[in-house]
Amino acid sequence: MDLDPLLLSRIQFAFVISFHILFPSFTVGLACWIAVLEARWLITGKALYRSLSEFWTRIFAISFGMGVVSGIVMTYQFGTNWSRWSDIVGNVLGPLIQYEVVTAFFLEAAFLGILLFGRDRVPRGIHFLAAVLVATGTVLSSFWILSANSWMHTPAGAELRDGRFFVTDWWAVVFNPSFPYRLAHMLTAMFLTTGFVVAGISAFYLLRNRFLDHARVGLSMSLALITILAPLQIFLGDLHGLNTLEHQPAKIAAMEGHWEGGARAPLILFAIPDNEAETNHAEIAIPALSSLILTHEWDGVVPGLKNFPVADRPNPEILFWTFRIMVGIGMVMLAVALIHLVQRVRGKLYSPHWFHKVLVGCMPLGFIAILAGWFTTEIGRQPWVVYGMIRTADAVTPALTGGAVLTSLIVFMVVYAIIYGAGTYYLFRLLTIGPSRLNDEDLEIPAVAQGHQPKRPLSVPGESIEPAE
Amino acid sequence: MEGSLLTLAWVAIVGFAVFMYVLMDGFDLGIGILYPFAPSEEARDVMMNSVAPVWDFNETWLILGGAGLFAAFPIAYAVVLPAMYLPLLLMLIALVFRGVAFEFRFKARSSRHLWNKAFFLGSLLATFAQGVVLGSFIQGIEVEGRNFAGTMLDWLTPFSLFCGVALIAGYALLGSTWLIWRTIGILQDWCFRVARRLLVVVLVLVTAVSLWTPFLDASIAARWFSVPNILLLSPVPLMVGFLAFGLWRALDEGREVLPFAFAMGLFALSYLGLAISLWPVLIPPGITVWQAAAPPETQVFLLIGMAFLIPTILIYTAYSYWVFRGKVTGAIGYH
Repeated sequence: MDLDPLLLSRIQFAFVISFHILFPSFTVGLACWIAVLEARWLITGKALYRSLSEFWTRIFAISFGMGVVSGIVMTYQFGTNWSRWSDIVGNVLGPLIQYEVVTAFFLEAAFLGILLFGRDRVPRGIHFLAAVLVATGTVLSSFWILSANSWMHTPAGAELRDGRFFVTDWWAVVFNPSFPYRLAHMLTAMFLTTGFVVAGISAFYLLRNRFLDHARVGLSMSLALITILAPLQIFLGDLHGLNTLEHQPAKIAAMEGHWEGGARAPLILFAIPDNEAETNHAEIAIPALSSLILTHEWDGVVPGLKNFPVADRPNPEILFWTFRIMVGIGMVMLAVALIHLVQRVRGKLYSPHWFHKVLVGCMPLGFIAILAGWFTTEIGRQPWVVYGMIRTADAVTPALTGGAVLTSLIVFMVVYAIIYGAGTYYLFRLLTIGPSRLNDEDLEIPAVAQGHQPKRPLSVPGESIEPAE
Repeated sequence: MEGSLLTLAWVAIVGFAVFMYVLMDGFDLGIGILYPFAPSEEARDVMMNSVAPVWDFNETWLILGGAGLFAAFPIAYAVVLPAMYLPLLLMLIALVFRGVAFEFRFKARSSRHLWNKAFFLGSLLATFAQGVVLGSFIQGIEVEGRNFAGTMLDWLTPFSLFCGVALIAGYALLGSTWLIWRTIGILQDWCFRVARRLLVVVLVLVTAVSLWTPFLDASIAARWFSVPNILLLSPVPLMVGFLAFGLWRALDEGREVLPFAFAMGLFALSYLGLAISLWPVLIPPGITVWQAAAPPETQVFLLIGMAFLIPTILIYTAYSYWVFRGKVTGAIGYH
């Protein structure tokens, strides 16, 4: 059997980045939420906020740790499997990634230590500042990495000479045409993901009749966030889609399942696209609606896949569905926001159990939507690695053998299964244990002597979270 | 572009990042290597506590080294990484296990012994893989055009494996001297004894690597042994001898901070020796830093940021270490 290093490298890349993205999706929003809780603790002095912040900080530490180790794998994979890509785009994207390291990673890593272990070693204000700086680091990191990713979709500010890119305008590189839309869309998605996790956990505690004070604060704050962001996200998604239509029309054609394109194009609700026959099976569609959505006119002309050479088309058999999963989840999120408004107005936010059960069920939605969205945009970029300029097939390491990639792919799959299996288990244990009960009076007692303080990530003072044998 | 100051600045920055990584992750990897041999489970808790607030930060230098290479010398990144495909895979997997072991070990009870093993094996194998990468890098990489042209097993030679073993001893020495500085009692006494033995082993291995290297490449031999270089460069091995003697004395006298400083000094000299052997080659045997350098517009764009950011990073690194200063004592809270 011939092992294709290109195909295997693509599968490996998709595998490790899909795992990796789950953690930042959650931790960026979580870092900001922790900073907000620390601010409320600093201002009000209420123990409730501090214990809630400590609880979520433990969750943060375990997720952040897994995000860091899977992130190191990413950095090296660019060079090991995609060495042609590294050489071709290094002059342009290298600095963006380097800026991510020096502005974001160091900031996060240095102040995470103080956030986790420094509460009794630094003044309150500095501890709060550490929380703010960790959150700032996570957002800066998203800024740079999304700028680099967007550049591969909408390259600008650089020219191709002798097979390599040279920068002519850094401003145009960093703020390339799709970057502002992608950044806004992704940051909102990350905050929504965190919002749904916090809402789900809080609802879970309400259902179990535990940690009621903590749960009410979490539920109220997260649902308020969701109610603002869910409609905003649909608006931002629409803007991002229009930007994609302008720069990557073939991707839009594949997402919409349009083969012919043209004026008064229907919005296809259900279909099974078929690359061989260049048509859709079992199509259910609403006439002219797609033209209205994409061009904001009934008679607007939209692209069809047949407008593009076969060799330049992304695969509609996947994109059609990943796109619909993402949009469908967006609609569910909007519904949750509306139900929340009704419940809040009726003053029944904390009572009806059916709504809390729905919220527990919605916990994974943000993660699924983010994965579906990334599959849509990245598979939609194919067959290009730098859109319209460099093909993915020309980016892979020439000396790479199929055997080597197969080895690494299997190793990554096994190791990630072990590590993330264990990580998920410990996260669930932490969630079951819940926040520690701090009372306002407890905090009057002077800080515990230094030797008694745990100095490691994730540690609940003096306890193990695994059940004793 | 030959001789450009910008390129020199970038050599300095990437060289500094890699050196910082070797020193900082060196001592915490070294602690992982010594871990199973520690006198007690309490001592193991203390060992881990002594690096828990900083290990994540230390490892960030590894990303800075990698990203710096990618940004300032893209071709080096594109050639060296594929050549090291399998040892780098080993290193990454080992670092993954080791990184999460920090976090999971204290959460676990019945499975704690598994995370202890993961921490030890992860540290040991990550170090070994780094040594192998270093060794196979020194022995040279086959390049055609702008691509790695060798096979997936080119890195596998007696020399590279030997370098892997040597680095294990080196990191363990750094780790033991760090613990002398940061701990007290039984653990510290144990580290004094271990550090002395490790010092002997490290000296033997470093000498062997130093004598072996010139045989790999005639130009390296010429660099060191031609006149007048042999006179100009003789302070390097003399300084190694001086520092080793100083370290031995410091251990004898029970000094607490000096051993770590001397051990870092030994690493600095080995690093300097390597730089002297290779300069101005970036990818042995043939590609120089001048040929590999990114164009000036890329170098300048990055340098502007680095000029502010690297000092800032160093300031808050210092602050973070200062916050967690002082001796790490028993893990009373856990039993």
